[in-house]
Amino acid sequence: MKALRLAMTRAVGGFALAATVTLPVLAQQPAVSGPTLDTIRQRGTLICGVNTGLAGFAQPDSQGVWRGFDVDYCRAVAIALWNDPSKVRYVPTTAQNRFTALQSGEVDMLARNTTWTLSRDTSLGFDFTGINFYDGQGFMVKTSTGVKTARELDGATICVQPGTTTEQNLTDWARSNRINFTPVVIERLEEVVQAYVAGRCDAYTTDVSGLAATRSAQPRPAEHTILPDVISKEPLGPLVRHGDQAFADLVRWIHNGLLTAEELGINAGNVRQAAQGDTRPDAQRLTGRTGDLGRMLGVDNAFMVNIVATLGNYGELFERNLGPIGLQRGPNALWNRGGLQYSPPFR
Amino acid sequence: MSASTDPRFASPGPPKRPLRLSWGDERVRGIVWQVLVVGIVVSVVYWLWSNTVHNLEVRRIATGFGFLSREAGLPIGESLIPYDPSNTYLRALTVGVLNTLKVAVIGVILATLLGTVVGIARLSNNWLLSKLAAVYVEVIRDLPLLLQLLFWYTILQGLPGPRQALNPIDGVFLSNRGMKLPFIEWTSAHWWTLLVMVVGIVLTWLYARVARAKQYADGQPRKVWPAGLALILGFPLAVWAAFGAPFTPDIPELRGFNFRGGLTVSPEFFALLIGLVTYTAGFIAEIVRAGIQAVNQGQWEAAEALGLRRTEVLRKIVLPQALRVIVPPMTSQYLNLTKNSSLAVAIGYQDIVSIANTTLNQTGQAIEGIAIIMLVYLTISLSISLFMNWYNAKIALVER
Repeated sequence: MKALRLAMTRAVGGFALAATVTLPVLAQQPAVSGPTLDTIRQRGTLICGVNTGLAGFAQPDSQGVWRGFDVDYCRAVAIALWNDPSKVRYVPTTAQNRFTALQSGEVDMLARNTTWTLSRDTSLGFDFTGINFYDGQGFMVKTSTGVKTARELDGATICVQPGTTTEQNLTDWARSNRINFTPVVIERLEEVVQAYVAGRCDAYTTDVSGLAATRSAQPRPAEHTILPDVISKEPLGPLVRHGDQAFADLVRWIHNGLLTAEELGINAGNVRQAAQGDTRPDAQRLTGRTGDLGRMLGVDNAFMVNIVATLGNYGELFERNLGPIGLQRGPNALWNRGGLQYSPPFR
Repeated sequence: MSASTDPRFASPGPPKRPLRLSWGDERVRGIVWQVLVVGIVVSVVYWLWSNTVHNLEVRRIATGFGFLSREAGLPIGESLIPYDPSNTYLRALTVGVLNTLKVAVIGVILATLLGTVVGIARLSNNWLLSKLAAVYVEVIRDLPLLLQLLFWYTILQGLPGPRQALNPIDGVFLSNRGMKLPFIEWTSAHWWTLLVMVVGIVLTWLYARVARAKQYADGQPRKVWPAGLALILGFPLAVWAAFGAPFTPDIPELRGFNFRGGLTVSPEFFALLIGLVTYTAGFIAEIVRAGIQAVNQGQWEAAEALGLRRTEVLRKIVLPQALRVIVPPMTSQYLNLTKNSSLAVAIGYQDIVSIANTTLNQTGQAIEGIAIIMLVYLTISLSISLFMNWYNAKIALVER
C-alpha cells in the first residue's frame, strides 16, 4: 500500500510539473489548415462525397466510372478548377456517415441528395450552395397490395433509412395523420431496399427521386407503385463545410451558371460557338468574354464554357441522368417555364 | 488486485536511504522518467482536446449535451418502455440502451446454455455427437460474425408474408414480420403474482441455506423441495386466485397489413440473437471442454471410490474445480457478446449504436454521440467484469 501511495504522489507531482512546462507551447498550435479551396488546389483533386449507389444520381457504371446527376456537379467543380473532369475522387457515403465525413474534412463537398434544413445549415456547420433538385418524400408499395394512397398505410410496416430527414418527416406525417406504423430502420441503401423487396416492409419511403431510382433498378419495375402523396419538401443540393466562403461561392455559381446556360439556350453543342460569336450581353458574361466573373470566383473566366462543353447545361444534365429513371422536370423546370429553378443574375 | 496486497508477491524491499539529488540515484531517475512520461501523456491529451474544441468552434459545429432534451422525432421499431417520436433524444437513447441490454442479457444466458451443452457433447463417448459438436464449433468460429448475422437475417426475410404465415402451433405465427406468440392480457394481478413468486424464490434460497447449516451440524439431510414448492408456486397461485384468477388470452390475429395482439419477436432481434448466441456458444463450448478436461481423471475415480453418485461427483467435485478454469475466459466471452451486439446496425435492430448514430447524424454532434456510446459500453462491460470477478473470487480455491 505504501509503495502504491508513493507512486501516486510521484505521478501527481509529475502531472503538475509537466503541465506547467509543456502546455503553453502546445496551446498556440494552429488547429485548422488553410481554406478548403487552397487545400484542394494543392492536392490537385477534388474529394467529393456521393451516394453509395443511387441510379441517376451517383452510381458507378460497368467500367467503374461514377455517373449521375450529383456526380456531374463534382465533375463541374473539377472542370472549373483544372478544366479536367477526371480530377475527382469519389467517396461513397451513407445517409449516416455523410455529415461526419464532411465535418471532419474527409471530403471537400457533398453532392449526395441532401436536404437543406436550418439545423444542417447552422448547428452541423455546413453551407448549402443552392438547390439542384426540388424533391419531396413519397412512398413506394408493391402493386399487388392494391394500396392507392398513403393514408391507407395505417398499421403498415415501413422501411426507412436512419439519419435522414425522411425518418423525421415520416414520424411527423404519421403523427399529424394519426397513422400507426412499425418502422424498420436499416442504414445501407442496398439492404433497406432488399428488406422492402423481400416483403419485410409493406412500404419503402424516401424522396420521390430516390424511389424512382430504386424502382427503375428493379427487375420488374411495374411490380412497384409510387404513391401520389408527397408528404414533405426536400430541396436537395450540394453542400460544403462552413468556413470557406470562396469555395461555397464557386460551387453555388457553378449551379447558377448551369441554370443560366439553359435559360440562354446555350448547350454542349453550341457553347464553343457562343463563346466566339454570341452577341447577347448575358451570353458574353456567361462565356467569360466580358465581366471577368470567373476571376472573381478565383477560376478561369471561361469556366462555364468548359463545364457546359463537357457536361451540358442544367437541362442536359437532368435529361441525361434523370430522364432514364423516369423523372420529369416538374418543379425542376426553369422559372420561366413554370418551374422553380431560378438563377440570380450571372453578372 | 494490486500486487502490493498479495502476500505472495510482497518482498521486504530495500533498506531506506536518504534521497540524493543526482542522476546516479535510482529513485531520482525513476521520478524524472515518470514526470516525463506523465507530462507527455497529459500534453497529448490536452492538445487533442484543445484542437477539437478549436476546430468545432471554427466550423461552427454545436457542442454540449443540450440536444438530449430536444424532441427526437425518430421512429423506433421495438422498445421495452413506452416511446413515441415526440419524446426526447434522452428517452430514445434510453430505449437503445435497454434494447442493447435485452439482447445482451438473453444472449449471455442462451449462449452459456448452448455452449455448455455443446462443450459437454464434444466430450461425449458417442462418436456422432462429439463429431457434430466439433464440426459446429469449427464452422461457427471460423466465419465472421457480421456474415452470420446477415445470413440469419436473410433467412428470416425469406419466410412467407403475414397473409401466408406459417402456423406451426395454434396461435403461433411465423412470417417475415417476425414471430407472433399468444400471450395473456397483463393486469396488476399478474404483477402481484410475479412479485410474490420472486419473494418465494428468495425465501426458498434462505431456507435451503438454513437447512444446509443444520445438516452440517447434525448430519441429517433435510428436504427443501416441499417448502420451496409452496413458496414458489403455491403462494403465487393463491395470490392470483385471490385477484379472481384473471386470464384473458391475447391471441395474434391478422388485421390489415399485419398481425395485431400477442407478443412479437421481430426478425431483427431474432436474427441478432441467433447470430450472437450460436457464435459465442462456439467459443464457450471450447472453454467448457477445457475446464472439464482440466480436472484430473483421478478426482472422478477417488470420488466414486467414496461412494458418491455420478451426478454428485459432477456437481460437488468436478464442476467446482472446472469452474475455476472456466470463469475467467467466460468473462471475456460475455464481454465479446455484449460488444458484438453493436453489429445490430447492419440488420436494423435499433440498439444504442443505431440510435446514437442517428442522433449524432441529426444533431451533427458526433463527438457527444460517440462519447455516449463509449460510456454505455464501458458501463455495461465494467459491470459484467465486476460481477464475474466477484463470482470468480467466490469460487476460487480456498485453502483451509
